[in-house]
Amino acid sequence: MSEVPAEARCVVIGAGIVGNCLVGHLAKLGWDDLVLLDKGPLPNPGGSTGHASNFIFPVDHSKEMCLLGAQSADQYRHLGLSVDSGGIEVARTPERMDEFQRRMTSATAWGIEARLLSPAEVGELVPYINTAVILGGFYCPTVSVVDSLETGTRMRRIASEAGCRVFANTEVRDITTRDGPLPGVRTVEAVVTDKGTIRAEYVVIACGVWSNRVANMADAYIPLVPAVHQMADVGPIDVLAATNNEIGYPIVRDMDTFCYERQSAGSMEVGSYAHRPILHHPDDIPSNDEAALSPTEMPFTPDDFDQQMEEAIELMDMLGDAEIRYAINGLLSLTPDAMPCLGEVPEVRNLWSAAAVWVKEGPGMAQAVAEWMTYGYPRVIDTHGADVARFYPEERSDTHIWARSAEHFNKTYGIVHPFEQWESRRDLQVSPYFSRQQALDAEFFQARTWERPQWFASNADLTERYGLQDREVEWDARWWSPITVGEHLNLRENCGLVDLSAFQIFELSGPGAVAYADRLAVNRIDVPTGRAVYTPWLTPDGGFRADLTMIRTGHETVRIVTGVFDGGRDEFWARRHMPTDGSVRFANITEQVTTLGLWGPNAPEVLSALSDHRWGDAPYGSLTPVSLRCGDRTIEAELLRISYVGDTGWEIYAAWDDGPRLWDALMATGADLGLRPTGGGVYGTSGRLEKGYRLMGAELESEYNPLEAGLARPRLKAADFIGKEAYAAARAAGPSEVQMCVLTVEDHSDRAGRKRYMQGGNEPILTADGKRITDSHGRVSRVTSAGPGPSVDRYLLMGYLPRELAGPGSELQVMYMNELFPVRVAGTGAVFDPEDRRLRG
Amino acid sequence: MRICCCVKRVPAPGARINVTADGQAVDVAHLGFAVSPHEECGVEAAVQLTEAHGGEVTVLTLGAPEAAEQLRYAASVGAHHGVLVPTDGSGWDPQRTALALTAAIRTLEEAGGPFDLLIFGNESADSGGFQVGIRVAVALGRPMVGGIKGIEIDGPTVRARRETDAGFEVYELPMPAAVGVKEGINLPRYPTMRGRLASKRLEVAELAGDALPGGQAMRRLHRPAEAASETVILGTGPGAAPSVVDVLADLGVL
Amino acid sequence: MLLAVLEHDGAAMAEAAREALTFGRALAGRMGVPMHAALIGNNEGALVATAGAHGAEVVHTALHPVLSDYGPEAWGEVVAAMVRRLAPGAVLAGGSDRGNEVLAQAAARLDVPFVANCLDVDPADWSITRIQWGGSLLEDVSLSAEVPLLTCGLHSVAAETAETPAAPTVEEFAVDLDAALARTAVRDRVVLSAGVTLSTAPVVVGGGRGVGSAEGFAPLEELAELLGGKVGCSRAVTNNGWRPHADQVGQTGTRIAPQIYIAAGISGAIQHWVGAMGAKHILAVNLDPEANIVTKADWAVIGDLHEVIPAISAEIRARR
Repeated sequence: MSEVPAEARCVVIGAGIVGNCLVGHLAKLGWDDLVLLDKGPLPNPGGSTGHASNFIFPVDHSKEMCLLGAQSADQYRHLGLSVDSGGIEVARTPERMDEFQRRMTSATAWGIEARLLSPAEVGELVPYINTAVILGGFYCPTVSVVDSLETGTRMRRIASEAGCRVFANTEVRDITTRDGPLPGVRTVEAVVTDKGTIRAEYVVIACGVWSNRVANMADAYIPLVPAVHQMADVGPIDVLAATNNEIGYPIVRDMDTFCYERQSAGSMEVGSYAHRPILHHPDDIPSNDEAALSPTEMPFTPDDFDQQMEEAIELMDMLGDAEIRYAINGLLSLTPDAMPCLGEVPEVRNLWSAAAVWVKEGPGMAQAVAEWMTYGYPRVIDTHGADVARFYPEERSDTHIWARSAEHFNKTYGIVHPFEQWESRRDLQVSPYFSRQQALDAEFFQARTWERPQWFASNADLTERYGLQDREVEWDARWWSPITVGEHLNLRENCGLVDLSAFQIFELSGPGAVAYADRLAVNRIDVPTGRAVYTPWLTPDGGFRADLTMIRTGHETVRIVTGVFDGGRDEFWARRHMPTDGSVRFANITEQVTTLGLWGPNAPEVLSALSDHRWGDAPYGSLTPVSLRCGDRTIEAELLRISYVGDTGWEIYAAWDDGPRLWDALMATGADLGLRPTGGGVYGTSGRLEKGYRLMGAELESEYNPLEAGLARPRLKAADFIGKEAYAAARAAGPSEVQMCVLTVEDHSDRAGRKRYMQGGNEPILTADGKRITDSHGRVSRVTSAGPGPSVDRYLLMGYLPRELAGPGSELQVMYMNELFPVRVAGTGAVFDPEDRRLRG
Repeated sequence: MRICCCVKRVPAPGARINVTADGQAVDVAHLGFAVSPHEECGVEAAVQLTEAHGGEVTVLTLGAPEAAEQLRYAASVGAHHGVLVPTDGSGWDPQRTALALTAAIRTLEEAGGPFDLLIFGNESADSGGFQVGIRVAVALGRPMVGGIKGIEIDGPTVRARRETDAGFEVYELPMPAAVGVKEGINLPRYPTMRGRLASKRLEVAELAGDALPGGQAMRRLHRPAEAASETVILGTGPGAAPSVVDVLADLGVL
Repeated sequence: MLLAVLEHDGAAMAEAAREALTFGRALAGRMGVPMHAALIGNNEGALVATAGAHGAEVVHTALHPVLSDYGPEAWGEVVAAMVRRLAPGAVLAGGSDRGNEVLAQAAARLDVPFVANCLDVDPADWSITRIQWGGSLLEDVSLSAEVPLLTCGLHSVAAETAETPAAPTVEEFAVDLDAALARTAVRDRVVLSAGVTLSTAPVVVGGGRGVGSAEGFAPLEELAELLGGKVGCSRAVTNNGWRPHADQVGQTGTRIAPQIYIAAGISGAIQHWVGAMGAKHILAVNLDPEANIVTKADWAVIGDLHEVIPAISAEIRARR
């Protein structure tokens, strides 16, 4: 009936918690020419928001999820649409009790009130619980229950008052795009609905479970799948009704059965993440008309819920005689890596995603996306883990989305180790050496889609040689091996060969390439050909956006080498800021180039055997073409004098197909020189930490700038670059408030006398008297990386500290598994070979 | 009392009913299944009667093997026995259905004695043939009244109430008897969790049964044409009242 | 001939019977046969006259002590006997509770098919379109029967008298009924509300979830009373316990056929719609201009029913 406008600056599709909050936040940031669409009626258009259980447990091990959740909870509170019901996670197993110690640690890190309860204490708060089946509880008094529908309505109203036009019952039929102006990237043009076409500069897909289908209309992807979460409302229950309240008792999460029990007035909602994964294709979701309840409240499949009912009755006997009055297979969104999909989609300029967001994160994530659209990057927090550009093409396929979502669904309440590996969808992308590494019993860790050896079981003899022991506690030893320490010590003593083929390598070329490279990078790229520059890229606000190597490979060419975790995001960033005049071309040459790292005191000798190359000819950071004799063939390669592990040697670039020959030649030559295949445990952790090298996504996030990270160069380059203004202002403001530090663990013993090893999972760094350390921005000091420093015989941690606590020798504590361990600041840089003598040879 | 309650597994009402492309069946892709609503009330009525007067409820259905789910549902709200007359799931015409059910009831009665009361739904939610219960009752020689919204047992008599425009009619049927009940006779209880779990243990008895097709054959299902109407908006808010009253005056209902 | 079985309450012809006569007149025309009517348990001149006015050329009256009040078995037995003795080309009744019940009883006794709630019947080959799912779906069936027994869907035709009313011949149909058939006759009647009922009301004011509470229906009651109508409601309302089930309009509730249905705060779910679509006109009062009921209505007021309905009542009072 109502016609949509012909034009709008921004069209937001989807009026669930995310879309509503997004238009509200955009309006607050000054956007007035907005249109909000939904194919369903308002206020409940039939998406996942309409049947959400609407509670927020604030503690999460992930910084991103936890802080955006906290941001959301605060927004609900601010609107007066939130009640702090409190919530208790209960344990039925000793493993879960250990996990609670870890949750206490995360609660301390993020400053969330929490405490552990005995079964009897749980029983005092929840009188109807069977304390005989639980071992204890983890209690958060600030667990809250929110009104997501009303919050959405209020936020929509804020937007409407600023000029946003809202159209319910309006279905999107297509999203049209046009080529350009960026080379090789389409730009969004219009949203075609059943009530007319709206030309728009920006389009945001906030369609929850339908998001991928809507993105597909523009030949783009938002990798998520609608998945069933079963929920049954049982009642009436007198003890609940007697509270005369929507929620009068703490919510109980029965963690080991993957279920929750949440009071809803006189009845109890029992929800489950325990049933078999039930995934649906978005085309199989009924329309509002076709659905008996709503499209995302699908028919309940009771057989999948019987086990959970038995366990629920075991925990709360009164539930057994309550009637099942409403039961659904509720749909929610799952992604391949269990993180949301936020940001501009890589395929289409100005087409944005705000999806795979649950009620508990909705308002905060909407704010992040609104800021991202307004300022070029979120201000509230770095959202790198949720960035929709993180996915590689292999991760966008339905096969991948379904397999991974099915695998992690039952881990929703699981105990997930920080280094836990996926079981499904392995060997998607492998290096040229994969079969050789398999023969050497490599333990592969997968980095997004790429398999990388973490250590080689064939090196087990090194543990004897160096007298190495496994870790005492299984949790610390899980996904770890002392072999990695052996490989480290061998590299320092002899040499190691590291497979770096997962490096994501891009090439900028054309007359504008060097100038464009300089626009991306903090450090100067307009250097002589053959020079490599290690440099951050910044957000417009001057925080870290990337951290990588750029190599001036020619007069008009620049090569970009970045890590596999950020390859997708960095490619996106590099393509999205390109000049539109055609002066720069972009190419992803990852699968044309293989990279091997050859490092250690014997590395020059190994290499000398393959070439006439003379060690010491080229300065650090130089790229030299070289011919290498590999058996009966000579292959052309490039040597980059650089190291991430602190020992002399090279990154060797060669054609992908020449890789196996190169590997074989190096291994044969190195056999007598102590060369061992060496895994990511050395490259990414122990070698790196001894040198104090920062890692993007760990130490380097958009909340921090190069001054704080200790990566500022003495002079600011003359050329303009993204983030320069903010960075210059930070430089002008004087010494940074916090500094990135390397710390050593002074005593590993816990109360039980066992040696414990932090994982680098945001363990809080506390003062000597046990207080949380935060700076004026509220940023908390926490362990960003952790690992052994075998060559300095210390366990090493990294973390930001306020300047007054950052001095060498400063004595602090780190909480791990809810126990305190003494640590000491070593400095801000390398603890091994701080003068870089070995590195420079 | 021995009560036999006949139920039908139907796509759960509440959603728009679509038809498969070949027009031969309801498209159940988005639909759950349920006991047809009148019959759900029939089960509740039967359970209430046995709660008040003792005895047992046997729930009988004819349909695809999946219809055992509906027998379990009935068991989860208090029915004692479940009997399935399995079919290939295709839609049987009313005569064929009634013959097979009649045979099944005869078999059950031979084994366990006569049923005092047969309870049917007045009509099924899907095909709405308005006759299967009556055909069974006639075949078995039982008195049968449909449209029932109230049942009481008074000695050997079933006192049944049937809603009319003005109020209700009262019938008194000598048992053994049959009734067709309608939604509104009661508010059926929901299964409890324990009831649901107990129903998993229900042993569904199967009785083979078939009969020759009757004279009514389904050719095609289709959706009625939706009348495209042009809605005249009389106004917004209370200010529209005069226009509304103009319309009422024109219609002559003032 | 086509035999139309007439539902009546002893004094007046039921609306469903007049619909059956209207439907039957057309069908008999297509069959090229006259329409007769069956008047069971009664031979009142007024009923005969009404049958004639609607085109029945002969009225067969069946009188017997067992037929002193309605009873499905006895009525079914009479129809069966008429089929045997009068050999009609087809038997038709209205698609009411009684119409369907009597023809099902007759069909069971005759062991012939019975097709309930037909909308369209082609007597050439007895291909029929009938109602499924309470009207949400239609079914095409082919009927193979010695004598077709049919009912026409309730309110699927508007009852109309014939252009040339007949003065029907009354023929007494002698029946010999087993006294035992009285076991299913009406024993007693309880009149709950005098006057109009939901299914016969000329105006129905319906309320849905948007009314919000049992108390919220007071203004709807007031308006219905002013218009001499009744209050109806959606399934959500009865499920919430705000109104008794008897007030429910819908597939499993009452089917209404008023001059105007004023639907307030009702979204228009299909189950409700199939009960309300017999209304001659629909006026929707809804906050959401996109609600289903609004798009199906003849007129709509966009607004809060709690304001709009009292305003309509006030306006009516002001004009009186």
